[in-house]
Amino acid sequence: MSKPKVGFYWCASCGGCEESVVDLAEAILDVAAAVDFVFFPVAMDFKRSDVEAMADGAMAACMINGAIRSSEQRAMAKLLRRKAQILIAYGACSHQGGIPGLANLFDRQSILQTVYRDTPSTVNPGDIRPEASTRIPHGEVELPVLDEQVKSLDQVVPVDYYIPGCAPPVQLLKDALAAILTGRLPPKGSVLAPDKALCEQCPRAPSKPDNLLIDQFKRPHLERIDPEKCLLAQGFLCLGPATRGGCGWACINANMPCTGCLGPVSRTRDYGGAAMSALASLVNSNDEAQIAAMLETIVDPAGTFYRYGLPASLLFARAGANADKGGHEP
Amino acid sequence: MTRHIVIDPITRLEGHGKIDVILNDQGEVDHAYFQVPELRGFEKFAQGRPAEDMPQITSRICGVCPMAHHMAATKALDDLYQIEPAPAARVIRELAYNTFMFEDHALHFYFLGGPDFIVGPTAPKDQRNVLGVVAKVGVEVGKKVIAMRRAARDLISLLAGKVIHPVFGLPGGVSRQVRAEEQERAVQVARQAVEFAEFTLGAFHDIVLKNRQYVALITSPAYTHQTYYMGLVDEKNRVNFYDGAVRVVTPQGKEYARFQARDYLKHIAEHVEPWSFMKFCYLKNVGWKGFEEAPASGVYAVAPLARLNVSDGMPTPKAQAAYEEFFGTLGPRPVHHTLATHWARVIELLCAAEMMLQLAQSPLLVDPNIRNIPTAKPAEGIGIVEAPRGTLIHHYATDEKGVITMANLIVATQNNAARIAMSVDRAAKALIKGGQADDGVLNMIEMAFRAYDPCNGCATHSLPGHMPLLLRIYDPRHRLVNEIRRAGGFTDFQGRGAERAGATEK
Repeated sequence: MSKPKVGFYWCASCGGCEESVVDLAEAILDVAAAVDFVFFPVAMDFKRSDVEAMADGAMAACMINGAIRSSEQRAMAKLLRRKAQILIAYGACSHQGGIPGLANLFDRQSILQTVYRDTPSTVNPGDIRPEASTRIPHGEVELPVLDEQVKSLDQVVPVDYYIPGCAPPVQLLKDALAAILTGRLPPKGSVLAPDKALCEQCPRAPSKPDNLLIDQFKRPHLERIDPEKCLLAQGFLCLGPATRGGCGWACINANMPCTGCLGPVSRTRDYGGAAMSALASLVNSNDEAQIAAMLETIVDPAGTFYRYGLPASLLFARAGANADKGGHEP
Repeated sequence: MTRHIVIDPITRLEGHGKIDVILNDQGEVDHAYFQVPELRGFEKFAQGRPAEDMPQITSRICGVCPMAHHMAATKALDDLYQIEPAPAARVIRELAYNTFMFEDHALHFYFLGGPDFIVGPTAPKDQRNVLGVVAKVGVEVGKKVIAMRRAARDLISLLAGKVIHPVFGLPGGVSRQVRAEEQERAVQVARQAVEFAEFTLGAFHDIVLKNRQYVALITSPAYTHQTYYMGLVDEKNRVNFYDGAVRVVTPQGKEYARFQARDYLKHIAEHVEPWSFMKFCYLKNVGWKGFEEAPASGVYAVAPLARLNVSDGMPTPKAQAAYEEFFGTLGPRPVHHTLATHWARVIELLCAAEMMLQLAQSPLLVDPNIRNIPTAKPAEGIGIVEAPRGTLIHHYATDEKGVITMANLIVATQNNAARIAMSVDRAAKALIKGGQADDGVLNMIEMAFRAYDPCNGCATHSLPGHMPLLLRIYDPRHRLVNEIRRAGGFTDFQGRGAERAGATEK
């Protein structure tokens, strides 16, 4: 019997998701023995034309990492969707838009202006910008036009499963591969990670009071952090109550608060909204002015609560849908 | 007649490297344009974020070298809050950083650049990858490479919280103390690393330096550019990856400038071209004179070869001996042969391993005082490290709450961008005649690329570094004459060029 065919593709990403696959280390040999990688540009030599030549659904599964922000990425996402029985959004950018999705807080022109005019080492007396087409002495050269908005994968094509994290923890990848191989997959649309908040079973949970109330939010660089005690109980903005577990508490074990890279648990539609309401319930005051003053100490709510998920959030899902007409499934 | 050659898979050519070759009326190359066609805009969306989040946000510029960005950002925070890291924190940071440098250089040697030389230029293409390396040097060595990589990355996870992407950097310190039993493990990994690096240097000797053809290739004019060089040095002008002064030498090897991070804007400027999202760095006081070699032009190079070129020696004994042999063989300093970067990288691999051992054995590693808490009002901070691919600068300005109002990032590959563009143009002009081209063109370009180990993800703050290519040749009326495509990736992009380069050399 032939082995199941698997693909792994990258869109607008940092390369960390590829490194997470290489981090399978010795286990990658077991994976290679169990499946045929038929498309894996970062590691193997297969052509897009090979993918195009496949029958629809020829791949048992395909994982795509990175956000979507160009016509080429949209085209590849659609092609791979057709060829794969199971399409998996791999990593925070594909899942929720990721940190590059913070660019959606700004318009394209202001991004270009900052990079090519305002940064202090830039010397650009002619106020030149990268252009879609540039006349040069014997012809012209072209560049693609950047999309106005960064999108998560499921804003472009239907996605069957998600592997969360920035980068995804190796154990989640191992578990997902095992599930694909045995066919023991949960209902479509599931995130392939424990459906429990990080707070549950946190090694510091015993030091989290049952009726935790916070008087003041602290910034981690300005205060000592007790390495044993619940970070929220210390007043640090740990997003563990709103964030899906499955990372092995990596940041908390390094004595830093959770920043939410695995996104929400399944009951939550909007991660940032859930995180904010979880924290609001901990505020130790009923006085509006006092509450407002406390919330003032969170200097960047958008970047804090939507750090990995702005494009997928309710704030942007609609705006994103309208921004790039070419980017949407009919 | 329009000929359309597709050599390789389309993977992400829109999103990665792209080369447009423009012919003149005589059908000869007018200019070859090396383009990077994407931008993510980190410098913009850093604005409004708290400065203390920069180490974790900017590491997402590159998942291959996240530690470099994390550390440059952390050092910029030290400067922003005018606070020295606690002595233990300095040791923990430097140990993590050297372990990262070791691991990244090892990855390049065995997975990326090495296959060209180890497996050999004329080997079948399906062997010119890490599996081919394993076949050539033995399965045991292959297992050793995998195990070494895992041990190094586990050590980074232990020290930094996560290897992709670290979280431990705070102004004035690190977030987590190292325990006594963890120090034992660190020493063990460091010893293993030194042994591994010596083995690798030995392999490089046997396979590359004893092969006259390879040495001829390394020293050939096609891969030689006379430029300035830049890198961090310690107080004795020795290579340092984590800290020090930026030193620049002329193409003749004379010190041109030596400056601290805070003065970088006096020396480095970025030039904008309308045909690429990547900006091109140059020495401000020499000036931008186009894509030209020294002395008129301020184009300079960074990364392993540049670091050795700007340094009077290495900080560790075994690496020092290797450094002396390097310049004894190819010298005098500076060496202008781009492909010698591979050798320089292996010498740095050994240096990083020796540094790991020194740092892992330091009693300070387990000192419980890992933080100095900032009290100063933030305004502006600059941090510089040597990333594996060269000098990396993070510069932030903030309001009084420490919220970013300006971020400027000068990233390793950007420093090399002009020189890479020159290499591309030279290869195109040498090999494309009458509008005709074959694989050899791409091949030659890739050999030069691989030596720089370019990371366009870093360079445009946009993309990962394993770059597919699209090469298009246009006639003067902008009709497409020829097109050559190539996938990116560890084994393919890195492993393939050598055969064709070998063919071209004949």
